[in-house]
Amino acid sequence: MGLVSTNVAEWGGAKSAARARQILTLRGVTLSFGGVTAISDIDLDVAEGEIRAIIGPNGAGKSSLINVISGVYRPDRGTIAIGDTVFADVPGSRVARLGIARTYQNLALFKGLTVLENVETGRAATVSSTFIEQVIGIGRARREEADTRARSEAVIDALHLTSVRDRLVGTLPYGVQKRVELARALVSEPRLLLLDEPMAGMTAGEKQEMAGFVLAARDRFNASIVLIEHDIGVVMGLSDRIAVLDYGRKIADGTPDAVRADQRVIDAYLGVAHDDDIIEESNA
Amino acid sequence: MTTASIPLPRPASAIGRVPTWPLPLAVIVFAYAGIPLFASDYLYDAILAPFLALSLAAVGLNILTGYAGQVSLGSAAFMAVGAYAAYNFNLRVEGLPLLASIVFAGLIASAVGVVFGLPSLRLKGFYLAVSTLAAQFFVQWTLTKFSWFSNYNPSGVIDAPALNVFGYVFEGPHGRYLFSLSVVVALTVFAARLVKTQTGRNFIAVRDNETAARISGVPVLHTKLLAFAISSFIIGVAGVLWAFAYLRTVEPHGFNLDRSFQILFIIIIGGLATIRGAFFGAALIVVLPLVLSRAGTFLFGSYFDSGVLDMSQRILVGALIIVFLIAEPDGLAALGNRIARRLRLKSPTN
Amino acid sequence: MESFDFPFFIEVLVGGLLSGIMYSLVAIGFVLIYKTSGVLNFAQGALLLFAALTFVSLLERGVPFWITFAVTLAIMAVIGILIERTVLRPLVNKPPITLFVATLGLAYVLEGGAQLLWGTQVHGLDLGIDDVPYVVGGVFISTFDLFAAAVAASIVLLLTIVFRYTRIGLAFRAVADDQFAALAIGLKLPVIWAAVWIAAGFVALVAGLLWGARLGVQFSLSLVVLKALPVLVLGGFDSILGAIVGGLLIGASEKLAEVYLGPFFGGGIESWFAYVFALAILLIRPSGLFGQRLVERT
Repeated sequence: MGLVSTNVAEWGGAKSAARARQILTLRGVTLSFGGVTAISDIDLDVAEGEIRAIIGPNGAGKSSLINVISGVYRPDRGTIAIGDTVFADVPGSRVARLGIARTYQNLALFKGLTVLENVETGRAATVSSTFIEQVIGIGRARREEADTRARSEAVIDALHLTSVRDRLVGTLPYGVQKRVELARALVSEPRLLLLDEPMAGMTAGEKQEMAGFVLAARDRFNASIVLIEHDIGVVMGLSDRIAVLDYGRKIADGTPDAVRADQRVIDAYLGVAHDDDIIEESNA
Repeated sequence: MTTASIPLPRPASAIGRVPTWPLPLAVIVFAYAGIPLFASDYLYDAILAPFLALSLAAVGLNILTGYAGQVSLGSAAFMAVGAYAAYNFNLRVEGLPLLASIVFAGLIASAVGVVFGLPSLRLKGFYLAVSTLAAQFFVQWTLTKFSWFSNYNPSGVIDAPALNVFGYVFEGPHGRYLFSLSVVVALTVFAARLVKTQTGRNFIAVRDNETAARISGVPVLHTKLLAFAISSFIIGVAGVLWAFAYLRTVEPHGFNLDRSFQILFIIIIGGLATIRGAFFGAALIVVLPLVLSRAGTFLFGSYFDSGVLDMSQRILVGALIIVFLIAEPDGLAALGNRIARRLRLKSPTN
Repeated sequence: MESFDFPFFIEVLVGGLLSGIMYSLVAIGFVLIYKTSGVLNFAQGALLLFAALTFVSLLERGVPFWITFAVTLAIMAVIGILIERTVLRPLVNKPPITLFVATLGLAYVLEGGAQLLWGTQVHGLDLGIDDVPYVVGGVFISTFDLFAAAVAASIVLLLTIVFRYTRIGLAFRAVADDQFAALAIGLKLPVIWAAVWIAAGFVALVAGLLWGARLGVQFSLSLVVLKALPVLVLGGFDSILGAIVGGLLIGASEKLAEVYLGPFFGGGIESWFAYVFALAILLIRPSGLFGQRLVERT
C-alpha cells in the first residue's frame, strides 16, 4: 500500500473520529534543550482503547515525548490535549488526577519501599485524609487505606508479583522491577498509560509475559496506551497504530503493516544504521 | 542499584509483615517497671534524662532526614524554639496546663520549621543543608538578643517550671524520668505509626525519587512541608524535655550548632529511616563520653583532664561517624538486625 | 538623608569588601575539592585550624618562619593524602550527602586532633604587618586588610595559572568536567585527588595564617567555615569566580547591614545575615549568581 501520509492531523483525525473518542491529542509539540532540538513539531493522536506505539532510533525523541505528555518536561511550543482539556504545559503535579500514569525507561521506583508499598503509592492522588486521621486510623483514613490495600493487592496478583509482595524493590531482579513499575502505574486506574520501554533488558520469556500484561492493561484495566519499545516484533504484534520518530520528527504514522512498508521508516532504520535496534528483530 | 539479589532461604520479610509490636512493647514495659528497680539518681539524671530527650529529637530529625530525605543542620534551633515557647506559654498564660504549654510549644516549633523549610521547595542537597543553618543562627540570635524570651533575666538562664500534670507533680529523678519517658513513648508511637501510613510512604517516595513521586500523584510540596512541620514539632518537644526534665534550666547556649550535629550523628550512627535507630544512636552518643572518661582516667590518670576528654571525645565521635558511613551505612539498627538474624539461624528451635 | 556620611559609607564598604576576600579565600578551598570530587568538604575549616595551630606552635618553638611554613605545608599534604586514602576512597560513588557527613566527622577528628596535639590555649600570630590605616581621600583602610586582599589575589592568580597552564591543571579540569571520561583516557583519579587535597591544604594554611593573625589562633578559627558556606551558596560550589564574587558581595552586604540595619535589630546580626542574604538571592534566582548551575542537582 506504499507511503503513509505524514499529514496525521487529517489522517488520524478522520480515522479516530470514526472509531472512538480521542484521549490524547498533541499538536505542533516542540522541545529543545539549550539549542538542541529533542522533538520538533509533533502531532499525535491517541484514541480511547488504543495501543499506540512510538518507535524510532535512539535519540529520536521518544522518551522526550512521553516526558512532555506526563509533565516532566515543559515543551517550547505546541499544545497537549488530555481528553478535552488543552494544555500548553502539562502540570506534573496534576498528571495523576488527570488519569495519566507512566513507567520509566530507567527505573524510577522508590527503593526504600517494598513492592506493596510502591504500588500503594500509585494511589497517593486519591488520598484525602490527613496524616492525623491516618495515624489514628479512623473514618475515611481507614477506608482509604483498606481500599488502597485491596486495589494494590489485586494489581499485584494480576501482574504475578504476589511472591515478592513484601520485598524491598531494590533487591529484585531488573525484569521484576519493571513489572512493579507497571503495577504502580496501573493501580491508579489510568485512562492513559505511558510505557517507556517496558521490556528493555528482558529475556524473551519475560518480554512475552510483559506483552500479555500490556494487553491486559488495556483489556482488563481499560487504559489507552502509549508504548515505546525497541523490539519491533513486539511492537508490531501489540499495537493498533505506530508513529515513527527520527531526529525528533515524525516520519510516519499508521497501522503496523503500513509502517512496515514505509520507505522512510526503512531508511531511518537501515540507512542510518543505528546498531542496537535493527528491524530484522521484527522477524523473530 | 539494580543488582539482582540471591533469593534468601526464607522469604525476606519486610519490616511491616511480621508483628513488630511485641518487642517494642516489652521495651516500654521494661522502661516503666524494670528500670526503676535498679536505677540510681545518677543513672536517671546524667544518662537517662539526656538519652530520652536526644532520642526524641533524633526520632524527629529522622522523619525529616531519614524518611523524607531533607537534610537539616538546624535541629538544635527547633529544640530551642520548643523550650523557650513552652517556658513562655507556661509563664504568660495564666492557668494553662503544662501539657498544653508543651503541645503549643511543639506547634510553634512546627511553624518555625515550616518557615525554614520553605527553601526545600526550591533547593536540594547541599544547598538545602546550608540553608537550614540559617535557622540555627537566626534562632540562636533571636533568643539571646531579645530578653523578652527569657523574661528579662539578666543571665539569660532561667529556671524551668515544675512538671505538673493535672495536679500531679513529677518530682525527683524518678518522677522526671517517668514524665520524659511518657512523652517520648507517646510521640515515638505516633512516629512509628506515621511512617507506615500513606503519608509515611509519601515521605520515602519524595526522598527516593521526587519526579516519580510527583507524577504518581504524591503532593510533593505539601509532603516536604509536612515533614518539616511534624519533625519540628517532635524536635521542639524534645527541646522541652531537654530544658525542663534534664537541665531544669532554659538557656540558649545548650542549643548550639554542635547539638544540631550531634542529633544528625545520632541518626546516622543509629540508622537512617528507622525509629529504633534513634534510640540506639542516642544511647551510644550519651554513654560514649562517660565510658571514655572512665577509661581515660583509668589509663592515663590525672593527665586525662576535662580538656583532653573533650578533645578525645570529639575525635572519637568524628571517627565513629566515618567508620559507620564506610562499614555500616545503615547504622546500628541494621547491625542489630544482622546479629539477630545470625542468632536465629544458629538457634535450632527456630 | 542629608546627614548621610558618604566617606564613612565608603569606609564600611571597603572594609566589607576586604573581609569578603578573606571569606573567598576559605571558600576557594571548598571549590577546589567540590569541583574534582563532588564533595562539600565541611572539614575545610578544621584543616585551616589545624594548619594555623601547627604553624604557630612550631613558630613559638623557635623554628624560623619559612621552615615552619614548609613543614606545615608538608604536614597538610600528608593529611590531605591520608584523608583521600582513608575517608574518600572507601566512600567513592556514595551519595554526595554521605560524603558531606563524612567530612563533618572529619572536621571533628581534625579539630580534636589539632587541639590534643597543640593544646587549647589562644595563640597570637604576628605576620609582621603593621596595622596602620592608610588614608585615601578621607577614608581609612586597614593595611592588614589590604595585605590579606593582596595575598588572596595572588593565590587566585596562582591557582588560575596552575590550572590553566600545567599538566596537572589540565588533568584537574578534565576530572572536574567528567570523571568517567577522565578515567577512560587514563588519568589517575587518586593522584589528582591527592593533588587537589594538597592544594586545598595550602589554601587552608594561607587562610589560616591570615585569619589567625586577625582573630588569634584558637578553636573558633574552624568556625570561619560557617562564613564561607553562604558565599558558596551564592557563588556556586563549583566556581572559583563565584567564590570571589560571592565573598565580596557577602562581605560588603554584611558590613553594610551591620552598620546601617544592625541598630534596628539591636546589633549582632552578622551571625545570620549572610545566610538570609544568600537564601534570599537564591530564592529570587534559583540558578545562583552564575547561571548554568542546576540548583536541583545535589
